[in-house]
Amino acid sequence: MQIPAPFDYVRATTVDNALELLTRHGPDSRIIAGGHSLLPMMKLRLARPEWLIDINDLYELDYILRDGGELRVGALTRHTTLLEADEIAELFPIVRDAEQVIADPVVRNRGTIGGSLCQADPAEDLSTVCHVLGAVAVVRGPAGERTLTMPEFHRGPYQTAVGQDELLCEVRFPIRPRTGSAYEKVERRAGDWAVGAAGAAVTLAEDGSIADAAVGLTALGLDQTVAGVAGLLRGKHPSEELFADAGRLAAEASDPVADQRGPVDYKRHLADELTRRVLRRACARAAQTAAQTQEG
Amino acid sequence: MTVINERESNPAAGDPDRPIGYGRIQRKEDPRFVRGKGNYIDDLVLPGMLHGAILRAPVAHARLVSIDTTNALSHPKVLAVITGKDLEGLKLAWAPTLSADVQAVLVTDKVRFQGQEVAFVVAEDRYAARDALELIDVEYDVLPPLVDARKALDADAPVIRDEIPGRTDNKIFDWEIGSAAETDAVFASADVVVSQEVVYPRVHPAPMETCGAVADFDPVDGKLTLYETTQAPHAHRTLFAIVAGIPEHKIRIVSPDIGGGFGNKVGIYPGYILAVVGSIVTGRPVKWVEDRSENLMSTSFARDYIMQGEIAATKDGKILALRTNVLADHGAFNATAQPTKNPAGFFSIFTGSYDLQAAYCKVTGVYTNKAPGGVAYACSFRVTEAVYLVERMVDVLARKLEMDPAELRLKNFIKPEQFPYANKTGWVYDSGNYEAAMRLSMELAGYEDLRREQQEKRAKGELMGIGVAFFTEVVGAGPRKHFNIVGLGMADGAELRVHPTGKAVVRLSVQSQGQGHETTFAQIVAEELGIPPENIDVVHGDTDQTPFGLGTYGSRSTPVSGGAVALVARKVREKAKLIAAAMLETRPEDLEWEKGRWFVKGDPTAGKTIEDIAMAAHGTLTLPEGVDGNLDAEVTYDPPNLTFPFGAYICVVDVDPGTGHVKVRRFIAVDDCGTRINPMIIEGQVHGGLTDGVGMALMEIIEFDADGNNLGGSFMDYLIPTAMEVPDWETGFTVTPSPHHPIGAKGIGESATVGSPPAIVNAVVDALAPFGVVHMDMPCTPARVWAAMQGRARPPV
Repeated sequence: MQIPAPFDYVRATTVDNALELLTRHGPDSRIIAGGHSLLPMMKLRLARPEWLIDINDLYELDYILRDGGELRVGALTRHTTLLEADEIAELFPIVRDAEQVIADPVVRNRGTIGGSLCQADPAEDLSTVCHVLGAVAVVRGPAGERTLTMPEFHRGPYQTAVGQDELLCEVRFPIRPRTGSAYEKVERRAGDWAVGAAGAAVTLAEDGSIADAAVGLTALGLDQTVAGVAGLLRGKHPSEELFADAGRLAAEASDPVADQRGPVDYKRHLADELTRRVLRRACARAAQTAAQTQEG
Repeated sequence: MTVINERESNPAAGDPDRPIGYGRIQRKEDPRFVRGKGNYIDDLVLPGMLHGAILRAPVAHARLVSIDTTNALSHPKVLAVITGKDLEGLKLAWAPTLSADVQAVLVTDKVRFQGQEVAFVVAEDRYAARDALELIDVEYDVLPPLVDARKALDADAPVIRDEIPGRTDNKIFDWEIGSAAETDAVFASADVVVSQEVVYPRVHPAPMETCGAVADFDPVDGKLTLYETTQAPHAHRTLFAIVAGIPEHKIRIVSPDIGGGFGNKVGIYPGYILAVVGSIVTGRPVKWVEDRSENLMSTSFARDYIMQGEIAATKDGKILALRTNVLADHGAFNATAQPTKNPAGFFSIFTGSYDLQAAYCKVTGVYTNKAPGGVAYACSFRVTEAVYLVERMVDVLARKLEMDPAELRLKNFIKPEQFPYANKTGWVYDSGNYEAAMRLSMELAGYEDLRREQQEKRAKGELMGIGVAFFTEVVGAGPRKHFNIVGLGMADGAELRVHPTGKAVVRLSVQSQGQGHETTFAQIVAEELGIPPENIDVVHGDTDQTPFGLGTYGSRSTPVSGGAVALVARKVREKAKLIAAAMLETRPEDLEWEKGRWFVKGDPTAGKTIEDIAMAAHGTLTLPEGVDGNLDAEVTYDPPNLTFPFGAYICVVDVDPGTGHVKVRRFIAVDDCGTRINPMIIEGQVHGGLTDGVGMALMEIIEFDADGNNLGGSFMDYLIPTAMEVPDWETGFTVTPSPHHPIGAKGIGESATVGSPPAIVNAVVDALAPFGVVHMDMPCTPARVWAAMQGRARPPV
C-alpha cells in the first residue's frame, strides 16, 4: 500500500461552494474529480496538497447539451459518458476514437474531461482533441466567468490558465457542418501513456476541397495545433500526396523527447505517420457527413 | 445382487462430471477466493500489532556517511527505528543468500543498489511508519555506479563488493559445461555456422500480492511465529534458525494464501528479518508489507542474460553443435535461488530438444549496482533463458539455410526411441515424443494455410509473422544426491490420515501460490484410494502442521510432492488391504483392488470399501499382527530423476508497418506434461504462462538510467499485459508419461512461460523478414520493432 502524506478533505456542495473552499484553503488545496492523476501522484508523494476539495457531488457539472451551434459538455462529465454518447460520436467522431484508447474502463468510469484538461499531461488525449475541434473552456472564479480558447487555456505541459481559485466548469465544442475528425494513438500496451498520438479535424467545402483543417499531436512535444496545416490543405482536394505533405509538416513541428516509450526519431516518424492516418480518416468522415447533409 | 449393481453403488465408479480421481473438476479453493474470503498476509491482524516501514536508498551507489534517527524517534507513534549499526550489534546486518554470498539486511557501509534497505521504522500504524521515514536524516557520499554489465569487468569499473577482503573486481564466477574441444572440432568441420547475440533482459515476476510478513515473537516461551509470503516455508524455518540463531523448534513459519509467487517469494528478504527484529525489540507483533514500487525495485528480478550463441549445421539442415558464452548480471548480491552446484542453474539444458554431437557453454556472473536475485519468474532455474537461446538460434539458422523453421526442428528432434536420452551437458531426458507434439501443433494452427496467407499478405505489403518454438523443460528438483539448497536435500514429505468415517487429510510441504494444490493433491489421493476429492482436506503452508520439504518453485510440486502423495496413498491402500483381509477373513493375496474398495478375487460382491476399512481400522476389529489401529501413513519421496515436460508452440502476429505495433493474433500451445491430473488447472497454468510470455516478449523490462536509477519502479513504468494484448489461447496436448514418476506426471507450472517468448519473438522476426531482420531482442515494443525495420535493431541493455 502506498501512503500519501497527511491531508485534509472536504466535499464541495455547489460550484460556488467549491470556489469558496478554494479561496479559504488557498494554494495548498487541490480540486479532486476522478482522481486518477492526482491520487497516484499523492501516493508517490510527488504531490502533497494539504486540502482536497472533492467536487464529485457537483452533478450540475455533469451534462452534455446541444445548444444552437455548440455542444456544451460539463467539466465533470466522465470519460465513459463521452465514449458512450452517440450524439458526440456523430458530431465529433474524434472524441470516441480518443476515448476508446484512454486508459481502461476503470479509469474512464471515474476520470472527467475537466480533470484531463486541467492536468494537461503531455500524453493526455483530450487536450489534443479540444485543440483540433476549436473548443472553448469556460472557467469560473471569484471574479466571475471567463471563456478561453484552447491556445489560451492550455499553456504547456501541466500548465493551464486556470487560476488557483478558479474551476473549469464547461467545455464548448463548435458544431461545424461538412466536418470530420479522427484520432489515433500508438501505445505499448492498453492503458499505457501514449508513445504518440495525433488528432485531426477537417471541414470540406461544397466542391469537396478542404475548407479548413487542424492537426494536433499528443506526447510528441507540441502543445498547440500544427501550424500551417490549414494553409497547406485549404482549397485542395484530399489526396495521399497532400496527407504526406501534412505529415512532414507535423513531424517538423513535433519536438519529442526520448524516453522508455521510444527514441526521438521514432516519435517524429509517428507524428508523420499518424498525421497522415488521421487526416485520411477525417477527410473520409467529412465526405460522408457532407454526402448525408446533401441527401438530407 | 449383480456385479453391475454393486459397481453402481460404489461412488468411485461415479459421475464423469465429478471424477473421483483425475479429471476436470472445479478448484476446491476457489469458493473462498471468489467470495473474497482468502486470507493473505495483509489480512492478518494480531492483538497489539505494530507496523514497519523500510527507508530505502534513493541512489544506486553511495557511501553511507551518517544516519540521524532523532526526529523519527520523536514521532509520537514511533516505537523503534532500526539501522544497520543496530543490526551489526545483533550480528544480523548481513544475511546469507541462497548462493553462498551474503546480502546486507540494512546498509552499514555502502549502498549498492537504488531501493536498498537503509533503516526500519516500527510504529503504531502504517501511516505513522511511512510518515516517519521522512524524518530520518541520511547523508550519502555518492559514488559512480556500475550499471552496464558489459563494463563490469573493465579495469576502471567501480568495485561494488569492496567489503569482501581482497576483492578487486566484480566477477562472481566463471562456469563452463560441455566439452569445449569436442565442440570446437565439430564447429571447425561444419558446413554452416551462424552466430547471434541474444539478450534476455531483466524482468520482474511482479506477483499481484507484494511480499510481506507478520512476525510474532513470544518473549516468554521464546517462540517465533512468522507469517510470511513464502513459497518454501520449511526451508525458511531452517534458514531463520541458522541466520537468527533461534532454535528451530521455536520457529513456526505460516504461509497463508499467497497472491502469486513466480519465484519472487522463494528468497528471504531483509523485510522479513526486520519484522522479526522489530518484534523482538518491541515485544509485540510487527507487520511489514511492501508496496508495489518496493516489490519492483528491491525483490528478486529474473533473467538479465547476455548470450552469444553459435550454432553449427550441415548445409541440408542437420544441427551438429551449439556453443554459447553468457554474461550474467546478478546485481549487487549473488542471491540467485537455485539448487545445483552450477551457478547458472539449469541453463545447461540449452541443447534443447535436438540430438546434437557436441555442446559447450561458459557463463560469467558479475556484480552490478542493481537489485539482487537472479532466478525468479517461472523460469525453472534458467531453463527460460536456455530455451530462448536455442529456439532463437534455430530460427537464425533456418533463415540462413532458407529452410522452414518447423521443418528444421522436425529434422533435428530427439526421436522417441532415443529416450532416456543423455544430452551433451549431463542431463538424462526421461521421455518424449517431440515430433507428435510438433505435428499436432502444426495441425491445430493450420500451418500450411498460414504460410500461404503470409505469402499473400507480403505481396500486399502487410507484415504477418509465424513463430515456431519447441521447448524441453527440466523440472522437479530433485534427487537428493544431486540437488540441494544451502545443504537441504530436495526430497518432499507427505502425510495422509484417513479418518474413521473415510474422510481424509493430506499434509504437504509444498505451498500453493495459486496453482490449485488443494484440488490437485486431493485428486491424486482420490485416484489412488477412491475417496472423493471433496472429502480430502489438503493442509499446507504451516511448518508446525506439515512434514518437511523444500517448497513450490521450479514446477516441482507435482513431480516431487505429487510423487510423495501418490506413494503415501498407496501405502495407505496396502495397509487397507491387510485390514480388509482381516474383515473378510481371507488372505491379503486373495484380494483385488478396484478404485475405492478391496474385494475377493472371483467374488466381487465380497468386498470392503475404504470407508468400511477406515472405520474398522479405528474400531474394535482384531487387527492383524503389526498393523496399527489407524489408516495413516507418511513418506518422504526422493525422486530418482527430474522430469522433462515439453511443448510445441506456434504464434501468429500482425505488425503494423507504419508504427511497428505488434498484435498477437493467434497462439497455439501443445503441451505434454505427462499424466494430466486436472486438465482445467493445467489449462489455467498454460494460459497464465502464455500471458507472461506476451508480457516479456512485447513489453516487460526493468531498465536503469546511467545513474543507476530503476526505470521500472511502478506499474506505470513496468508494463504487464492485459486482456487487450492476448488472443484467445488455443491449447492442445499429448501425453507421454514420465517412466520414473509414480503417476507419470511431469509438471506444468512454468512450461508456457519458458516456451512462449521465443515463439512470439520468432513470429515478430518472421514478420520483419522482408526488411532483412534476422534477430531482434525483447521487448518488441513499437519503437524497437520500428527501429529493427530501419535496420537499427539494438540490444535493450
